[in-house]
Amino acid sequence: MTPISQVSGRAYPFGRKNVDTDVIIPAQWLKTVTREGLGQGCLESVKAEPGNVFTDPEYAGSPLLIAGDNFGCGSSREHAAWALLDMGVTCVIAPSFSDIFSGNAFKNGILTVVLPQEAIDRLMEVAKTDPISVDLENQSVTTPFQDRFLFEIDPFRKHCLLGGLDEVGLTLAQDREISAYEGKAREALPFLASPVLHAA
Amino acid sequence: MTTQPRTLYQKIWDAHVVDTRDDGTCLIYIDRHIVHEVTSPQAFAALRASGRKVRRPDLHIAVPDHNLPTTARRDASGNRVPIADPQSAQQLDLLEKNAPEFGIRYIGDADIEQGIVHVVGPEQGFSLPGATIVCGDSHTACNGGLGALAFGIGTSEVEHVMATQTLLLKQSKTFQVNVEGKLGAGVSPKDVILHIIGLVGTAGGTGYVIEYTGNVFREMSIEGRLTVSNMSIEAGARAGLIAPDETTFAYVKGRPYAPVGAEWDKAVAWWKSLATDPGATYDKSIHIRAEDIEPTVTWGTSPEDTAPIGGVVPAPEDFEDASKRDAVKHSLEYMGLTPGTKLTDIAVENVFIGSCTNSRIEDIRAAAAILKGRKKADNVKWAIVVPGSGLVKAQAEAEGLDKIILEAGLEWREPGCSACLAMNPDKVPAGERCASTSNRNFTGRQGPGARTHLVSPAMAAAAAVTGHLADVRELTEQA
Ligand code: SF4
Repeated sequence: MTPISQVSGRAYPFGRKNVDTDVIIPAQWLKTVTREGLGQGCLESVKAEPGNVFTDPEYAGSPLLIAGDNFGCGSSREHAAWALLDMGVTCVIAPSFSDIFSGNAFKNGILTVVLPQEAIDRLMEVAKTDPISVDLENQSVTTPFQDRFLFEIDPFRKHCLLGGLDEVGLTLAQDREISAYEGKAREALPFLASPVLHAA
Repeated sequence: MTTQPRTLYQKIWDAHVVDTRDDGTCLIYIDRHIVHEVTSPQAFAALRASGRKVRRPDLHIAVPDHNLPTTARRDASGNRVPIADPQSAQQLDLLEKNAPEFGIRYIGDADIEQGIVHVVGPEQGFSLPGATIVCGDSHTACNGGLGALAFGIGTSEVEHVMATQTLLLKQSKTFQVNVEGKLGAGVSPKDVILHIIGLVGTAGGTGYVIEYTGNVFREMSIEGRLTVSNMSIEAGARAGLIAPDETTFAYVKGRPYAPVGAEWDKAVAWWKSLATDPGATYDKSIHIRAEDIEPTVTWGTSPEDTAPIGGVVPAPEDFEDASKRDAVKHSLEYMGLTPGTKLTDIAVENVFIGSCTNSRIEDIRAAAAILKGRKKADNVKWAIVVPGSGLVKAQAEAEGLDKIILEAGLEWREPGCSACLAMNPDKVPAGERCASTSNRNFTGRQGPGARTHLVSPAMAAAAAVTGHLADVRELTEQA
C-alpha cells in the first residue's frame, strides 16, 4: 500500500451528509473482478446532478474530498473504499464517518480526517478556489490563508498509514513467527504441513 | 500447552496458534485454502498490485463452481462452449489465468475432479481431519464433517491467507449439539440438521463453533456428516465439527492428497487424540432424541422455518416473539402459503437435487432409489439432478443411476453450484416453488421471487414423482 504522510491539492467541496455506500458505489458495480475501474461508478448518481463538483473540470483529479456527517454509512461493502481510491481520492475530511467505512478506508490506505463542522465549513469555502494540505505526521490541515486545524487519529492507524502498512503487510512483518510455526508443524504434523498429490 | 481437559475445537485451535496478541486475538495458521472464481479476483489483483506472492501455493487449490453453467462444457469437437453471461465468463477466465500465475493448482471446468469447492476438498483428500480450512464461501463449514476446523472468509481475508497463510481470529465459544437414539426409517442426515436448525434457530449458534456429538453422528457416514456440518452456518455458527474416528480414517485413506506410509500412521495417531476429552466443558449444550426427528421440510424463508412433513403451515400467531410473528407473516406472503395448509398439499413446479449440502454419491443413490420405476409428475416442469463433482457423476453413471434419473424424466447435469444460488443459468422462475436439497431458502436465493422448500434428496425425489411435498416413507412402504 502507498504510504501517506502529506495529501496536498485541490479538494472536492462536496459537504453532503449521510452519503451511504450505495451512493458511493451502486450495487450494479459489485460484480466487477478488479478493485480498479470502480472510479467510474463512484458517486454515479451525484455525478448525474447538474452543477455537481465531481464533473466540474475545476476539481478534476482532486486527491481530497470534503464531506458531511456520517460519510460512508450503509452496507459494509469494501468496494466503496476501492471506488474512491480509483477516482484518485486518498483523503476524506468530514465531521464524522461510519465505523465500517473508516475501517475499510484505513485497510485500503485512505486517510479519514475528522474535524468539527466549523472547520469543515471553512475548508469548503477555501476548496472552491485554492488547494488544501493535510499533514498526517503533524495531524494538521492547513490552507494558503494561514488556517490550521488539528485532528486526532488512532496512533496505530497513523503508524500503519505513514508506513504504508496494510493488514497483510503487518502480518507479513511477523514472518519470523510464521516461519517458526511452519518449521514446528513440519515436524509435528507433516501430513498437514505439505500435501502431496499421490494419485494421477 | 494446557493439561486441562480440552474440546475438539480447542485442540485444533491450540495446534494452529502462530502468535497471541494482548487483546486475545490470535494469528492462526491456515492449512488449506480452496479458491473459486467469485471471491478471488480482487484478492489476486491486490497481490499483483503490491508485488506479493502466494506464500504457500501448495496449500491452495482452485476450482470453478459458482457460475459455471451445468450444461455441456465442450461441444462435439471438444471446443469450449462459450458462457453467455459476460461477467461470469470473465470471472471464470480470470481464475483459470490467476491460479497458475500464482503457482496454484487449477482444476479445469471440464476436468473429472471439477466440482463444488466443498465437495472437491474432502473428495481429493485435500481437506483433512484436524486441519484449518478456509474458502470464500460460507458453507466451507461442510468440511467440519471430517473433523476439520473449516469456515468461510471474505475477499480481504482471501488475500490475507494467500499472502501470509494465516488469519487474525478470536476464539469462538463451543456449542455441543448431542443427538442420541435411533433415527427412524426415511430420516436422513439432512432431516437431522434441518430439525436441529428448527430447534436452535438461525441465531442460536452465533459466536459459537458447533460440535455434533452422540451415537447418531458416530454411526453416520462421512457424506452424511458433511451434510450436517455444511448447514452449521444456517444455525448461526461459523463452523461445525464432528470428531474424526475410524469411519473418517477409512474415508480419507487412499484419496489423492491423503498422507501415505509413515505419515499416514502419524496422522491417524494425531487424529485419534483430537476427540474432546472426558470432563471438557462446552459453553452450551443441547440434547436431542433421534426418535423425535422426522423427515423435515421448510415452509418459510428462513432455514429455521422447519416442520415435520406430516405437519401444516403455521400461522404467525403460533409464535410468541413479536418480531418472529412479523417475519412469518412476510415469509408466508412471499411463499404464497396459507396457515393450516397440509405440507403434503403444497404442489411444486421445480425440483433441484444438488449443492454442496446434498450432491455426493449417497445423495444421488438416495434420490435414485425413490425415482426408480417412477415418473416425474406432470405438474413438475423442471427437475434437475446436479452431481457435486465429475467424480460423483462418473460413479453414479457406473452404477447406472443416471439412467434411472433420466428414465424418471429428470435431467442429469454437469457438476456445479447450479440452482443453489441464482448466479448461473439454473434459476427457479418467480412465483414458482422448488423442492430443493440446497441449504438456503432465503428470499430470491434461487432466483428473484423463487419459493424454496429445503428437503433431503429422497424427499426431493418424492416431490418430483408426486408433484407435491411428500412423505418419502409412504413411497418406500409401497415399493
Ligand atoms: S453449492 Fe451453494 S452453498 Fe455450496 S458452495 Fe456452491 S453456492 Fe456455496
